[in-house]
Amino acid sequence: MRNLLVKRIPVLACVALLLGGCATSGNPKDPIEGFNRAMYGLNEAVDKVAIKPVAKAYDFVLPSPVKRGVANVFGNIDDVFIGVNNLLQGKGKDGIVDLGRFLVNSTVGIFGIFDVASNIGMEKHDEDFGQTFGRWGIGPGAYVVVPFFGSRTARDTVGLVLDVKTDPIANIHDVPSRNVLLVTRIVSDRAQMLPADKVIEEAALDKYAYIRDGYLQRRRNLIHDGNPPREKEDF
Amino acid sequence: MKIKEYSMKWLLAVVAALSFNAAALAQEQAPEVLIKNVTNEVLEIVRKDKDIQSGNTKKAIELVEAKVLPHFNFPRMTQLAVAREWKQASATQQKVLTEEFRSLLVRTYSKALTEYKNQTIDFKPFKMQAGETDVKVRTQIDQAGAKPIGLDYYLEKMPNGWKVYDIEVGGVSLVTNYRGEFTTEVRKGGIDGLIATLQAKNKSGEGAAPKK
Repeated sequence: MRNLLVKRIPVLACVALLLGGCATSGNPKDPIEGFNRAMYGLNEAVDKVAIKPVAKAYDFVLPSPVKRGVANVFGNIDDVFIGVNNLLQGKGKDGIVDLGRFLVNSTVGIFGIFDVASNIGMEKHDEDFGQTFGRWGIGPGAYVVVPFFGSRTARDTVGLVLDVKTDPIANIHDVPSRNVLLVTRIVSDRAQMLPADKVIEEAALDKYAYIRDGYLQRRRNLIHDGNPPREKEDF
Repeated sequence: MKIKEYSMKWLLAVVAALSFNAAALAQEQAPEVLIKNVTNEVLEIVRKDKDIQSGNTKKAIELVEAKVLPHFNFPRMTQLAVAREWKQASATQQKVLTEEFRSLLVRTYSKALTEYKNQTIDFKPFKMQAGETDVKVRTQIDQAGAKPIGLDYYLEKMPNGWKVYDIEVGGVSLVTNYRGEFTTEVRKGGIDGLIATLQAKNKSGEGAAPKK
């Protein structure tokens, strides 16, 4: 499912660009808002019917240490991928820490169940191909809501294709175990987002715009590793 | 003799500087100390309060009003969120906008408090140049089994102490994230349109019973 969708992302992006021509609303960062809002509606509907209820049940049933262990295992696998991206961005020291984290957590942390590395001061990072491209100087391009995956920019959509292609779990040969792991990861990730849902609901005048602007800010922040030049204006 | 006079002047200068500093310290806390104290105080209360933990937003709002609000500069926050359109607004409109935006932020902040489980806050090392009047205090929310989230405070030195004028969660500014939406609203219905939207939003929030 995931791979199938990913193969179609470039096609979808093209469709989006075509549709965008007739659905502008004036925000320069979101030229294909009409298409995006439709996709956003679709994603919300899928979430409401299929993903959120499962995530809620998962969150309710499992004790915290188990949820933590599951999230840690996926996080541990991520660390390799994060390390590679840090190396690609020329951040050698961070990249080595990431790979070191994987070694420590896979052994001392028993297959990544325990995040021992964080406890001994090896900080976890957050990197992906979209950020690597950003670091290389490629601009974000238009905001795109990718079906199923959600908020991206044009650059991050290309990054997403690579993210998924190099994702160790999506590349597991045994299809049933791959699918179980993919679903578990989606549920675990979603469960972590549950508290944020309510806060966004409370904060947003227009949830679509709130999420869009938040996503764009967050990506900018991540690319600058938490220190983006502050856009300061005095009015 | 000359030396004596010189050292006397120097001594006086030191005494003056020290007493000035002492006076300044008495009336205001350093920004990172302020953030740390308020955070610890508020979380201490939330940890003990079963009502807030089970989603009693009203009680959370009372807590925020009492402990957090005095350290926030809402007119500045509103100005930053409304951005370019701020100047279009009359003094009265600016006042109403500030009140409405304030209650929106307070409700959001209070909602976040009711979602508090057992996360810990990690206060990042803080450095400040002498005479700086605009600083960022960095903290981090550590939660079991999830990526840590950055929670940063921007503070500005005011005559009555350091005041927070923006909060960034995971790199997303709570204040500037409204800019896009606010601009759209003003374009649609002017400043009054924005005020009406904010009022409607705040009304719907008040009416809703605290949900679990």
